Amino acid sequence: MSTLYRFCVALIAVIWAVSAQAAIDAYPFEDAAKEAQFRELINEIRCPKCQNQTISDSDAGLAKDLKDKTYEMVQQGASKQQVIDYMVQRYGDFVHYQPPIKQSTWVLWFGPFAFLLIAVVGVMIMIAKKRAPKAAAGQLTDAEKARLQELMKKDDSNS
Amino acid sequence: MNKRIFLLLPLLAFVAVGVFFYSALFSDPRELESALVGKPVPDFQLPDLLNPQQQTDVSSFGEGPYLLNVWATWCPTCRAEHEFLNTLAAQGVKIVGLNYKDEPTKARRWLAQLGDPYVLNVLDYEGTFAIDLGVYGAPETFIVDRQGVIQYRHVGDVNVRVWQEKLADLYRQAGE
Repeated sequence: MSTLYRFCVALIAVIWAVSAQAAIDAYPFEDAAKEAQFRELINEIRCPKCQNQTISDSDAGLAKDLKDKTYEMVQQGASKQQVIDYMVQRYGDFVHYQPPIKQSTWVLWFGPFAFLLIAVVGVMIMIAKKRAPKAAAGQLTDAEKARLQELMKKDDSNS
Repeated sequence: MNKRIFLLLPLLAFVAVGVFFYSALFSDPRELESALVGKPVPDFQLPDLLNPQQQTDVSSFGEGPYLLNVWATWCPTCRAEHEFLNTLAAQGVKIVGLNYKDEPTKARRWLAQLGDPYVLNVLDYEGTFAIDLGVYGAPETFIVDRQGVIQYRHVGDVNVRVWQEKLADLYRQAGE
């Protein structure tokens, strides 16, 4: 039993070590800051081929090409913004998961707040309406009370 | 009376959402507008597919207007559009090719067997020029005008319908 257990632990350890090794080997870095920048970028750049995946998630050939390009640029000392600009120049705003604020993206950025505003205004109107009739019913002006009396008298005499 | 109008609001909202979703049924989210429209064809240094000792660059494409067609032998849709490209070339449309991440021997055999509609084919084995063009698949076809400026990018196959409905006019305008 204990040998089987040990074997399993060893096997898992080996598989884990191999996969971890593979992940590191693909894009080796000596500079930790550059590596962090690279990881951040490949999780922000969207794969144009396989939409709704970052180039880090995707196994498409194009995603690999773009990762290679990102790696090359980061290794050469490009800033994060330079890499993003490079990609946007070629693939458009689509390629970046943080689209810029401009006229065509206003709906995207401000739409949710507009809906929130509409909802808040709507609720406020509803509350105001619920309160208003109660307040009015309790407080007739003297003229209104007199008119009410008159109408009720008329009604009595008619019947 | 006023309150009645408010009762119509959910219906109006439903209609608005319905129109939006219905229109979305007919738009393909995979068709992206090229970021290079209005910009000149980027420069490159790559070998000629048929004569790999010969280096080519953007000036090798010569004068516009022309179609810049991205293709590869691994791409079934490229096979589907090839006959029509032959037809266009026979009608005098100038087509240059970008052989994208392909085996050069296979690509040359393909042209020998299926006919060669291209005045020139650039061998982009690594896909570097393709990245500069914002290519994200094959086939893609760029319409380049007389000044060497990209006017349009079509994603997917070029066929009779697409040509007659859209590309023919754009190609003619690119020549003006």
